[in-house]
Amino acid sequence: MTSTTTVSDPELIEAVPLRHTGRWIAATIVLILVGLFIYGAATNDAFDWSTYGKYLFDKRISQAAVVTLELTVLAMLLGIVLGVVLAVMRLSPNPVLRSTAWVYLWIFRGTPVYVQLVFWGLFTSIYRQVDIGIPFAVRLADFNLQGIDAAFTFAVIGLGLNEAAYMAEIVRAGISSVGEGQTEASVALGMTWSQTMRRTVLPQAMRVIIPPTGNEVISMLKTTSLVTAVPLTTDLYSKARDISGANFRPIPLLLVAATWYLFFTSILMIGQYYLEKRFARGSSRTLTNRQLQALADAQVESMESQEKR
Amino acid sequence: MSETATEKGADRPMVHAEQVHKNFGALKVLRGITLNVDRGEVLCMVGPSGSGKSTFLRCINHLETVNAGRLYVDGVLVGYSEKHGRLYELAPREAARQRRDIGMVFQHFNLFPHRTAMENIVEAPVQVKKMKKAAAVAKARDLLAQVGLSEKANAYPAQLSGGQQQRVAIARALAMDPKLMLFDEPTSALDPELVGEVLDVMKQLAKAGMTMVVVTHEMGFAREVADQLVFMDSGVVVEAGNPREILANPQHERTKAFLSKVL
Repeated sequence: MTSTTTVSDPELIEAVPLRHTGRWIAATIVLILVGLFIYGAATNDAFDWSTYGKYLFDKRISQAAVVTLELTVLAMLLGIVLGVVLAVMRLSPNPVLRSTAWVYLWIFRGTPVYVQLVFWGLFTSIYRQVDIGIPFAVRLADFNLQGIDAAFTFAVIGLGLNEAAYMAEIVRAGISSVGEGQTEASVALGMTWSQTMRRTVLPQAMRVIIPPTGNEVISMLKTTSLVTAVPLTTDLYSKARDISGANFRPIPLLLVAATWYLFFTSILMIGQYYLEKRFARGSSRTLTNRQLQALADAQVESMESQEKR
Repeated sequence: MSETATEKGADRPMVHAEQVHKNFGALKVLRGITLNVDRGEVLCMVGPSGSGKSTFLRCINHLETVNAGRLYVDGVLVGYSEKHGRLYELAPREAARQRRDIGMVFQHFNLFPHRTAMENIVEAPVQVKKMKKAAAVAKARDLLAQVGLSEKANAYPAQLSGGQQQRVAIARALAMDPKLMLFDEPTSALDPELVGEVLDVMKQLAKAGMTMVVVTHEMGFAREVADQLVFMDSGVVVEAGNPREILANPQHERTKAFLSKVL
């Protein structure tokens, strides 16, 4: 054993890399199959690419895409807000709140969203008007529901209320994932319940809540195609069906709709990536490159100072 | 704040416990604890696990609710308000106010993992005391220097060693200018080589005159720093008094049996 410290680095190993023959064969086969599929799609008349190109940026289609986006955003907002309320209710010590939230989840998760949307479409024939005031006593205002064109509103309500049931479970799992010690530390510092929730529990719960919520947004974007059940006919899928009903070319128009859906979901996936990164702060012991460099510099420095002695 | 007639004056004890009982269901965890902690005094609580030390500590800042007896901090009844001979449960907001000036340090640190050391320390002063951010940061720098971690201000808890995390946790509690500090086995979760750095910070705090209640298994620390040693077993105080005397010459059989195992 020699204990001479040298500043020079040891000679690094330069081995001949292992050849991965199997990987090359598998990759070649897959690439050939993909190439054949693309060739087939490009030359098959059924896909009718010229019609596809004509309608991809058609004004009616892009307007319908905006409606789909609006439906997604509004329904998700309703779903998230109501979902947080339901999650807090389910974790509440009050048994009435707890069981109300449970029944809500039971009904809205237990029936198909398509059926729920049809129901919302029929809402105006069940409740003809809404009265605001004290029940059986004072009537302050009333709205005639049949007077308004409410298909869009009911589509948002239908999608949002259904989503709330799923969001409630996601939020509840997130809140439960934060350790009891965190609440205790906050409370011991004199924080109130709402401060503890806002400042300590929810930011940490976000790490658990964000990924499935991203999935829910993507899923919602696609579920909006069911609003035809209300019936709402201004969204992307309905509009594409409308046009193909007139020009008898369903396949290229389905591809047009699919392209728009895919475009939106791709953007959402990118957004989800950055959100997850943002809320993962402090969750890993892995040091950033800058921190590693600082440690390496400190190591070199201390070795050099030992050398001098 | 209402004060009872017997608890007036600046020389009243910081903590005054009278026959404090605490049950968890049928389990009696505290069975009549009576003790005083004077201002500037360091009280160490020792005893076998399950003897109720931590529960008593948690009663002091109302993380647990006392079932019988009275517990006063700085002359104020903990967890209840007393009017016309009846006790009323405190509203959560009032309880939060009581806890503000009692610092607590936990066995498992419980730092906020999503905040840096600096952010952990400024959190309560800014959120609870509504202190200006700049003033809180300046204060936090002083506290980090005091616990010897100035260069770790921007590190997240996961990037710190256990001893460093616990020192940040102490700084976080001190940021609220507490009049009383509670330590719940602050070194039990640490590697042996890291225990010293945390105890040093605590000694320094004791020397500066902080009133402290420390649940610990560090008999050396108790002997050196404590003004009063309390030995607890199955929910009662078995023996209390001068730590050097008790450690050298325990009177009670149970104290002797316990000390023979840990010393």
